[in-house]
Amino acid sequence: MHTPKEKPFAVIGERLPRYDGVDKVTGKAIFGPDVTLPGTLYGFILRSPHAHARIRSIDTSRAAALPGVYAVVTAADLPPAEDTEHRYARDNTLAGDKVLYAGHAVAAVAARTPTIAEAAARLIAVEYEVLPAVTDVLEAMRDDAPILHEEMRTRSLAGRGDRPSNIASHFRHVKGDPARGFAAAEVIVEREFHTLTVHQSYIEPQAATAVWSDGGALTIYTTTQGAFAVRDHVAWLLRLPLSSVRVIPTEVGGAFGGKNTSYVDVVAALLARKARRPVKVTMPRADVFMATGPSSGAVFRVKMGATRDGRITAAQAELYYAAGAYPGSPVGSGANVMFGPYAIPNGQIDGYDVVTNGPRVSSYRAPGGTPANFAAETVIDELAEKLGLDPIEFRLRNHAREGDERLDGGTHGHLGGIETLEAARACAHYNAPLGDPRPGMRRGRGVAHAYWGNWGGRSSCTLTVNGDGTVNLVTSSVDLSGTRTTIAMQAAEALQLPPERIRPSVGDTDNTGYADVSAGSRTTYATGIAAIKAAENIITQMRARAADVWGVPVASVVYANGVFASGSDLRFTFAELARLATESGGAISSMVNVDVPKWGAGFSTQIADVEVDPETGKVTLLRYTVVQDVGRAVHPAMVEGQMQGGATQGIGWALYEGYVYNEQGQMLNANFLDYKIPTALDVPLIETIIVEVPYPEHPFGVRGVGEPPIIPPPAAIANAIYRAIGVRPDRLPMTPAHLLEKMGVIGNR
Amino acid sequence: MNETGIHKQLVSATINGEPVEFLCEPQQSLLECLRDILGLTGTKEGCNDGNCGACSVLLDGQLVNSCLVLGVEIQGRSVTTVEGLADWRGLHPIQQAFLDADGFQCGFCTPGILIATKALLDREPNPSEAQIRAWLSGNLCRCTGYDKIVRAVQSAAAQLRTSAASPLC
Repeated sequence: MHTPKEKPFAVIGERLPRYDGVDKVTGKAIFGPDVTLPGTLYGFILRSPHAHARIRSIDTSRAAALPGVYAVVTAADLPPAEDTEHRYARDNTLAGDKVLYAGHAVAAVAARTPTIAEAAARLIAVEYEVLPAVTDVLEAMRDDAPILHEEMRTRSLAGRGDRPSNIASHFRHVKGDPARGFAAAEVIVEREFHTLTVHQSYIEPQAATAVWSDGGALTIYTTTQGAFAVRDHVAWLLRLPLSSVRVIPTEVGGAFGGKNTSYVDVVAALLARKARRPVKVTMPRADVFMATGPSSGAVFRVKMGATRDGRITAAQAELYYAAGAYPGSPVGSGANVMFGPYAIPNGQIDGYDVVTNGPRVSSYRAPGGTPANFAAETVIDELAEKLGLDPIEFRLRNHAREGDERLDGGTHGHLGGIETLEAARACAHYNAPLGDPRPGMRRGRGVAHAYWGNWGGRSSCTLTVNGDGTVNLVTSSVDLSGTRTTIAMQAAEALQLPPERIRPSVGDTDNTGYADVSAGSRTTYATGIAAIKAAENIITQMRARAADVWGVPVASVVYANGVFASGSDLRFTFAELARLATESGGAISSMVNVDVPKWGAGFSTQIADVEVDPETGKVTLLRYTVVQDVGRAVHPAMVEGQMQGGATQGIGWALYEGYVYNEQGQMLNANFLDYKIPTALDVPLIETIIVEVPYPEHPFGVRGVGEPPIIPPPAAIANAIYRAIGVRPDRLPMTPAHLLEKMGVIGNR
Repeated sequence: MNETGIHKQLVSATINGEPVEFLCEPQQSLLECLRDILGLTGTKEGCNDGNCGACSVLLDGQLVNSCLVLGVEIQGRSVTTVEGLADWRGLHPIQQAFLDADGFQCGFCTPGILIATKALLDREPNPSEAQIRAWLSGNLCRCTGYDKIVRAVQSAAAQLRTSAASPLC
């Protein structure tokens, strides 16, 4: 459809100041917890201490009687469930007959102060019948495991299972003839990997403030990746017309997929309706860990075979993902990512979505991809080693190209993976000596490579031309980390105007067109396309206005570099025509809604240098490089920031992070002291190499950027650890204890 | 006294250079007082247990987590929050450096990191990268990977050293 323009662009590729930057450094930006309306009450949610229990009774009378309390709600205040999916969502808002994880919401209170609300919640008497709990995915699959949902039967290609099971679904992808592929292999590696549940750990907790008009319209201020997603969710659970729910998204203090899902909005709305006052519900950090959607812990069994000349002949994998309390783990996405970079003629992937007594998982940046890549890229590294091949060379020999069929089905589109690997092989870091370790230490270098599909989806953009020649840009795509700027830059490029003439903002569900969540690395890409089309409409309208004013045919009016012209003597600057046009003939504006059907995949290759202390098992990152194909870097500094931030989250996943449960299924580390995310001391300066293989379906060649960089770190670091100490980690996080076990320094726990 | 039998206390302090008086319950943290009573929502709550640094403020010039200080403890003392960094001349050089270096993404941890940076540069005008990383290790940022934050601090330090050397302002 479009041919990418040749560089240079006027605006694309510039490191411009962010439109929202000043408010972010002065404290003026309003985030979810910062919203307080006149008369706001404070909500507090009472949560189950038990990981699995039947609720026998709830007595809220003492709480309701406490002075200062305005409303108490339970699941009884929600409309009844309509179908299974609706019941899952309803029960995850406020538990029905059972609690399925420690932290499951049971009741909520609104009171004049947070102190009173919490005190009142403690007065709610809940009688539980405690049931055995299961948090481990393999244990949950056993025949004698405690069953979370009595009515659940396994869905699979064979149909519906005949007895209760925690395995919600099982899928199988087969390509070619796996048995023959392995028979043709001269080297085979087969391994098992275990990973833990991890959390997005955005620093801003979920917070929503709900207020009802006396006419029955609901307004919610909330921190979310998708105002429309929250609107649809709230209307669905409260059985309201979509038109009666207005969701106004605030600034978002980190999300990474975790704010695709709504947690406190419905509770705030219920409390506000009962109290007839605005109610704000903010989640304490422990609740964020225990009761929002983290990413699945998972188990992988991987087998790969190759010939002596370095061709992969077959791959086979089983993926077991813990979904938490309700089905919906990202196991399908894990299967997509796992062998995605490679052209493999034969293979089989089996995926299992398994419910466990933990919080219902949600998306986390490249959902499901990071642990699957850890498993596959560790095996790839071992194959390369056994074949005596450079790990990048081995990957290049097997790399997929446009038109290749993946093992999970589906066909690759336009790819920049080979260019990414080649840039990594050529970069200074990969060719630099490792340097001598400190006394007693060992050093190693590892690489890993990842594919991520990205997304397009529905977006909307409205441009309005003002009489002074400035332009307002409103999208319904929530800005998580600078997309107001990258969208406005694309509009400026298309309008051929300086970027300071555009003022972008994020609208709400009453005043913008529909948009999917800001997720899947889609916002700069898909909402950018909406902005470009809106800009093209604006130019078309303004050419027509100029033609009217001049009395010339529209076809004779050309627009270039901010000037409309016809013939040799008729000229209007954009601002001159804007003034004329807004004074007569009505406003010039354009709203464009798109559903972008195609998008370009992203690739990230990462190189890690580590130093390992073989006595303590401590891993220190010495040097780290992220190489990524981004299609076209709209704002290179922000692209670098995505690459560095994504890699750092992956480093946390690799070395530090994981949910720890006790025997009763209660999370033991629901705080930032015991659930350790990387600090400034834990990571080196992260080098970035931006590769630009323009994606032909976008006018400027843009691909999604945000997700690919989180995928390779665990494998890159694991492969570096192997080069350092000669053992291959097979668990995440790769703690000192895990490495000491692998080295035989301490026994298996 | 309110419904729960708690007597509020009167606190007089200096906040961002201005005299302030407010009533708070004795168990309320400085963070709650700043945000909920005084409307200074630039200071953020990320964990409320001293582990994330989003609520960092200066108390008599010392870097503290305001969630770990009681409101009543600031009686007669001086507090600086992110709202107190810029003045009539415009942004503080630290704020400008973070803008110029893209030293933030979502911006939620940023107020705490700016305040922590001010505390560092007030005592050490020319910190090494290792000193910057150690000093900021109490401030969690989940977006940036810290690279651009460290560079922003280095740039702010250089700018402040230059302006200290030329006493025009």
